Order: sequence, then structure tokens, then C-alpha cells
Amino acid sequence: MNWTVRLAVNGEPRTLALDDPRVTLLDLLRERLHLTGTKKGCDRGQCGACTVLVDGRRINSCLTLAVSLDGAAITTIEGLAQGDRLHPVQEAFIAHDALQCGFCTPGQIMSAVGLINEGQAGDDPERVREGMSGNLCRCSAYVGIVEAVRDAQATLTDKERAA
Amino acid sequence: MNRFDYVKPATVAEAIAAAGAPGAAYLASGTNLLDLMKGNVVRPERLVDITHIKELTRIETSGNGDVRIGALVRNADLAYDASFAKDFPAVAEALLSGASAQLRNAATVGGNLLQRTRCAYFYDTASACNKRAPGSGCDARDGENSQHAVLGWSEACIATNPSDFCVPLAAFDAVVEVEGASGRREVALEALHLLTGTTPDRESVLAPGELIVAIRLPAAARAFAKHARYLKVRERNSYAFAVVSAAAGLVLENGSIQQARLALGGVAAKPWRAHEAEALLAGQPAEHGSFERAAEAALREATPSGDNAYKIPLARQLIVRALQAAMQGTPSRMPALPASPFSAVPGALHDA
Repeated sequence: MNWTVRLAVNGEPRTLALDDPRVTLLDLLRERLHLTGTKKGCDRGQCGACTVLVDGRRINSCLTLAVSLDGAAITTIEGLAQGDRLHPVQEAFIAHDALQCGFCTPGQIMSAVGLINEGQAGDDPERVREGMSGNLCRCSAYVGIVEAVRDAQATLTDKERAA
Repeated sequence: MNRFDYVKPATVAEAIAAAGAPGAAYLASGTNLLDLMKGNVVRPERLVDITHIKELTRIETSGNGDVRIGALVRNADLAYDASFAKDFPAVAEALLSGASAQLRNAATVGGNLLQRTRCAYFYDTASACNKRAPGSGCDARDGENSQHAVLGWSEACIATNPSDFCVPLAAFDAVVEVEGASGRREVALEALHLLTGTTPDRESVLAPGELIVAIRLPAAARAFAKHARYLKVRERNSYAFAVVSAAAGLVLENGSIQQARLALGGVAAKPWRAHEAEALLAGQPAEHGSFERAAEAALREATPSGDNAYKIPLARQLIVRALQAAMQGTPSRMPALPASPFSAVPGALHDA
């Protein structure tokens, strides 16, 4: 039996025929759509490396069945930049040296975009740390990550004000 | 993960019909179920995906002032609902102290009620576990059991219920609306989960195929809104299950306690309502001595099930702290680190 799943992936409509309902959103992105920016860390919802946005909300793609998401809009790390122009969160991660090995970084960045969308943390570093606690960084670049999130949030807020 | 049949009903009636098949399980967000399936801890033959049933996604206030939360409301959406958080602040605080932002965005309130224990021996299919494989024994009894139960446990099983959300729900008399093949019924949240006894594989009073459709908070629980807290001791600051947690609510008048509500998490196979402690608090002055007597009463029956004797005085101290925090008043804004016992209590050291 096949299950049809219609998704908008980084703005592009995709219709996928799944031969197996066990495929997670993470495996769909990496193995079937070859969008390997989203990382598989623990594959059990404990590390945050697989974070993507579903209808604008950050979730763990490893704990989501693709077949259940029919009609959803997915944003991955590949969907953030506009051509060669990086997203403000990506720029801020570089500016603040918010990574070492980089494996957790796509998940960190997607989580940061989600956090800023949610609008609950403000500029308070403790609220940013708490809001990012679902993303582990074994190189421990946390100081830079918190600064990058605050900086990107300020940039995005300024842009909104200017718009 | 085993192979399974997958169906996606559009209504509650269709879902209940589809779940009548043997080996069927309801799938909401799947943040716990898929994790368990990946480890072959559970192997459902059919998943009934209820996430597309729109009627289960609403938060409503009924004529009598009760708040009815559809089973598919996401944890984050309930916690950030301004009117809900204002009226039931300890529930919002408990929700925000659980898991991570990503998981709270996905996980549903109905699923939260039926999440499984995080006992490592339950998760490890190579270990003996009476909950996973009845009759096989309990490797936790002589294993790493420093986080296990101190109340209501049995020789067969010493696992705890991991939910934060359920703790204030038990304290504030929440009701669970359940629907099954034989119709709709209501169960008090406090009566939903079962202690382990000799049948730790039976975790709730739900019959096979019954579906949680809503959770109701009674209007009367609003009386505690000005003095309600949830506090949670964890092994790390954030994104960890409770070692011990406490939900406390007070109604105060001229420094005296009119009514008290108290429940504990992380100590038993169910959220542990402390009725005797509540009765001791009623009519007493809102002061340290009253809180200590209540804490003593709440843990009177507690016994260690392993290397966890420390949890008993820890629970007592957390109860005193939660009652103090409730007395001082619900914070005007959600604390930066929700439920942290190390912050937001005047005179206590800040943790970060």
C-alpha cells in the first residue's frame, strides 16, 4: 500500500508516495529529498539536531511520522538563505563564533528561528538559554549561541520596525 | 520499529471504530510512542492517527466557568494561552518545565496523560520488566534506582509517572473526558492512573480502545490563581524529568489558609495528591511551621525502593518551598526558568 503525502518543502510543493508509514520526517528529508542539512543525532528527540519548522513551529523531525504531516509546510536549514544572502540567524552564528564542529548547528539555527518566531524570550539571556535547551552542543559553544540568538533577534526586530 | 497498519480517521467515532482492532494504538504527536517503537519497547500492529480530528483541538470555557481542553491541544499552545495561564498558573508552569520547546510544540495534552514511565529497565528490552513483559521480574529493584518511587510502589514495579502536567491537574481536581465503544464517561484525573500493585502493565483505568477526548479544569480551581506554583527538582537546569516535583495552591485570608491544594510528581506511579496534608493546612496560619507539618504528613507513608531514601527529605523540603512560593504569590510573569526551586523566591540564591 502507498500513502500520498503533500508537503511544501522550503516553499516548493512536493507530492510523495510513501511505501512505508514508518518513515520519519527526518528520514524523508535526508534519504528521499536529499536535504541532508537536517542532521540525525540521537534520533530519539533528545538532542535537537533534527530541528525543522513545521507550519512555522520548531519540532524534532526524528519523532514525527511523515505520513501524518499531509498538507504541512516544512522549512529546513536549506530554506533559510535567499540565494547567496544568509538569513540573519545564520549570519549571527558566524559573527559570534557560535559553533565548533558544526554538527548541531543546523538544528540550533532552526531552533533559534523558531524561538524568535515564538516571541517569548525577549532579550533576556536566561530566557534564551531556557528556550534553546532542547538543542545540545557537545562542543559547548553555548555562550556564542546565546549571543547569536539575541543579536539575530535584535536585527530581525529592527527590520520589522523598518518595514 | 515493527511494521504497522496506518489509518487516519477524521472523526472521534471513526477513530474509536478503527481502534477496536487488536493491537491498535492511538497516535497523537508520537513524541513518546515513536520513541518507544524505535526501541521495540512497544509494537502496535495498527496506528490510529488522531491528529487530523479538528474537534479535539479547542480550548473552551463552558457556561459554568469550567475550562475544557481538547486532547489534541499542544502543550505549548495551552501554556502560552494568556487567559488560561492567568487562571491556572501552576498548570502553565508545569507544562513549561517539561521537555524542550520543540517537544512542547508537538506533544499533546491527551498524550501527556498517557506517557509511559522513563524507567531505564522498561526501555531496555534486554532487562526484566514486569511492566513491559508481565512476570519477567524487575531489574530496577537491584539496579540503578536512585530516581524510582518512594510512595505506592510494589515488589513488582518501582517505576514513576514522569508527567509534570498531571501534578497540578491532580492538585486542582481536573477531570478527564473519555470516549469508547460503549460511550462517553468522565474520570477524575486523580483516579486515571493506577498504582503498580501486582499488575504494573495496567497503568490507567482506560479500557482498550478508549480515547481521551478532553481534560476539564473546574471553575473552582481559579480561586488559587493568586497563590499557585509548581516547583521541580531536576538533575540539570532544564530539559529533564523531575526527581521530585510539587504543585501547591493556597487561598489566603488575613494570613490564614482557607484552602490548600498539594500534589507531588516523581515519587509514585501516579501523580500523588496529598489530601491529608491539605486538610492539615486548612485553617492554619500561612507560615513555615504549618508547611512543615503538611510536608511531614504528605511523606509519612514513604519508604525507599532502592538507593532513593534521599527523595523523601527532598520531597518534604520541596513541599515547604512550594507552599512558601505559593504564599508569596504567583509571579506576575512566568519565571525565566519555569518551576526552578532556585529562583523567584525572595531570599533564595539565583542559579544562573
